[in-house]
Amino acid sequence: MADRRVAITGLGVVTPLGMGIEDVWAALRDGRRGVSEISLLDPGHFPCKIGGQLLDFSARNFVPKNYRKAVKVMARDIEIAVAVADLAFLDSGLITRGLEGKGEPTVDSKRLGCNVGAGLICTELNELGTAVNTSVTDGKFDFKTWGKSGMSNLTPLWLLKYLPNMLSCHVTIIHGAEGPSNCITCGDASGHLAVGESALYIRRDAADVVIAGAAESKLNHMGLLRQGKLRRLCTTRNDQPAGAVRPFDADHAGTAIGEGGGLLILEDMDCAKNRGARVYAELVGFGAACDPLAIDVLRPTAGHLGLAVRNALASAGIGPEDVDAIVAYGTGVPGEDLAEAAAWREALGEKARSIPAVSFTGATGTMFAGASGVQLAVAAKCLAEQIVPPTVNFDKPAEGCEMNFAAETRKVKIRHIVTGSYTVGGQSGACVLKLCEK
Amino acid sequence: MNKRRVVITGMGSVNPLAHSAEETWAALLRGDLAPSPIELFDASTFPTTFAAQVKNFDFAARVPSAEKHVHAGRHCQFALAAAVEAWNQSALGAYADLDHQRLGVYLGSGEGSIDFENFVSLLIEAWDGRQVDTNVWPDLAFERMDLYREVEQESNMVLAHLAAEFNVQGPAFNVLTACAASTQAIGEAVMQLRHGFVDTVITGGAHSMIHPFGLTGFNRLTALSVRNDDIPTSSRPFDLTRDGFVIGEGASILILETREQAEARGAKILAEIIGYGASADAFRITDQDPEGDGAATSMRAALADADVQPEQIDYISAHGTGTKQNDQVETRAMKAVFGEYAPKVPISSVKSMLGHLIAATGATELITCVLALRDQILPPTANLHTPDPDCDLDYVPNQPRKADVNICMSNSFGFGGQNNTIILTAGK
Repeated sequence: MADRRVAITGLGVVTPLGMGIEDVWAALRDGRRGVSEISLLDPGHFPCKIGGQLLDFSARNFVPKNYRKAVKVMARDIEIAVAVADLAFLDSGLITRGLEGKGEPTVDSKRLGCNVGAGLICTELNELGTAVNTSVTDGKFDFKTWGKSGMSNLTPLWLLKYLPNMLSCHVTIIHGAEGPSNCITCGDASGHLAVGESALYIRRDAADVVIAGAAESKLNHMGLLRQGKLRRLCTTRNDQPAGAVRPFDADHAGTAIGEGGGLLILEDMDCAKNRGARVYAELVGFGAACDPLAIDVLRPTAGHLGLAVRNALASAGIGPEDVDAIVAYGTGVPGEDLAEAAAWREALGEKARSIPAVSFTGATGTMFAGASGVQLAVAAKCLAEQIVPPTVNFDKPAEGCEMNFAAETRKVKIRHIVTGSYTVGGQSGACVLKLCEK
Repeated sequence: MNKRRVVITGMGSVNPLAHSAEETWAALLRGDLAPSPIELFDASTFPTTFAAQVKNFDFAARVPSAEKHVHAGRHCQFALAAAVEAWNQSALGAYADLDHQRLGVYLGSGEGSIDFENFVSLLIEAWDGRQVDTNVWPDLAFERMDLYREVEQESNMVLAHLAAEFNVQGPAFNVLTACAASTQAIGEAVMQLRHGFVDTVITGGAHSMIHPFGLTGFNRLTALSVRNDDIPTSSRPFDLTRDGFVIGEGASILILETREQAEARGAKILAEIIGYGASADAFRITDQDPEGDGAATSMRAALADADVQPEQIDYISAHGTGTKQNDQVETRAMKAVFGEYAPKVPISSVKSMLGHLIAATGATELITCVLALRDQILPPTANLHTPDPDCDLDYVPNQPRKADVNICMSNSFGFGGQNNTIILTAGK
């Protein structure tokens, strides 16, 4: 079997900066900033009161009419995934059964795979609280009442709102994707890992098209609690949210929770060319790694991203001298920025200081799993446009974070672009995208 | 492309029947039944009052470096114990040339158990009658909720523990495709090996949903058996009287490596994985495709990948959950794939004895396939006394059976429609 090549032919993104790759790209180019005071819930006594929110967002606008009822059983993470999938397919020019009014599907369902990375989906506290508070005796939770009657206050499909594979499952059902379907749950690295794995579905001829990436929202009580306890959130800039998250900047002081997702349409290169598809990029390299010291979750880690990047370059058959641009993660958490910058240096040597790089976390907040999906979409767009957008809130580098971030939009001749991410828990993933010669 | 061949050189398991792979096998051949009344919390008024629980598990005795894993939750402890067992069997510890940067981990591990007591007491104390009062809840939560118990709920944390235990530096993946997760993890781990990203992978799954909200979730879906009056025989795959699955917990870990490496280092090869298939029903989140088309696609993909004909399959380890729908659909799917040969291929569901270990179930069942290949004996489907006209294949009812077993197929189907199939041989 000749090795099949993987084209990126569609991009879908939902971020606090907008919906759809064109909107988000325009916002990134213009250096717009999307972190604001949290209004989705009353931030009350939470020490961090800012986030990158999706306002007026519902998946109802992104699903076929006959599927709108199902939105009720989607956690927010699922809603994001479903919306992003719709945008990605629309961008690709492929027609699935999920795109209403576009005509007959042009994708063979059996050859369409799906791999949407996800995080731990948090139960909605107010929904669960309503039920739990029916089962209280003497101020304490009463198991006997709960078992007899309390639990029936939860909708029968309650569990299905929170299973992480439901991001993929809803997408497969809406779009008729009957090929391989997976759900990577490696925190913020999920998107890179999902895309890297999905390329193998195409290379081994198990699918012709795969929709892959990740989506997540931790903008909720438990997310604010857990990230706060991990000391990752910025708590000193509630009065200046737009400038609060400062990846790699000397004044970086923690991150803010953003919500969003990104999915790519990966397609066998021959299929893409035969249908005359717009090819943003070729996915030519993938690498993954992990940091065995990351069991200590308070010790900042980049998940041995340096090794993941080296593995990705090796699988692409290129060296550091071939890398023209970087889409970094950059949470804005000081220890993590340092670890990430060190990882890029480990992989690229001195070149890590000069290769034009971008991080958009300052504009969106940390979108966790979703971030890695968006990074990949942005990397593909950078290649297609030969532009590296600005890194907002970056003025001068923190010591140890000397990389080539810039406050302005740059025209850059890009043949290869590298993007990578890592997560609390210590996994990392990286991908190499290559300009597709006409 | 010349395929790199992938073999199994180590196995370990902690599950409701036993705390090692070998003891599990003995229990299955004896016909032990795991379901018992829930002891982990008061489930006496729940629609389902029982589960298949891991009991008398001694973490410190099983994992010499237990103190390194003080924050490991229940399913993570199971995973570590199973991994130590598998690692020891593989003898990788004595392999001086092991490249830790080409050692990966690929799990189908579930989310960690919730800190139930603190979680609900906060929901009660900070309730303003309509919603959680965020002028109260954060203060209580930051004070009482433990960082580690919270973070360890992320399903990628078991990876972190295994990476720390075995100095894994290569690719690390976790997937959570519900009941198919660990079969999918093993299958994709095989692909990582074949594509040359790694030489050795620690793979499998771990899960425990036997907590109040896990039981609540499945009870609300009416997916569980409610046979509270006959708990030991409550798991009845393919039997007419089946009324749902029995929730279980546990972990099973396998060591996979390239055949080349295993042979070069003189490792004992337990089995070879020759085929993997995956598919999605793309039907409904609540139901399987009634025709079993998705399940059949997965089996066909695995057969094609293994380059074997349906007639060459000597045994199928079924998903066989004991829900009305699954067993009927699965039977239909097997008939579609195996045609005239379907009634001749022995099939069993060890969930009849073990219960359903959710994300950990596929890895556990794959281990039983490896042991069936070794001992040339098939584990039975227990509690199968009343035939269902819709389930009319050979399910090896109630008694283990001697058989010539050269090639096995193991199936797992996840809630939401993700299907996975693995095919393996003794690898001689």
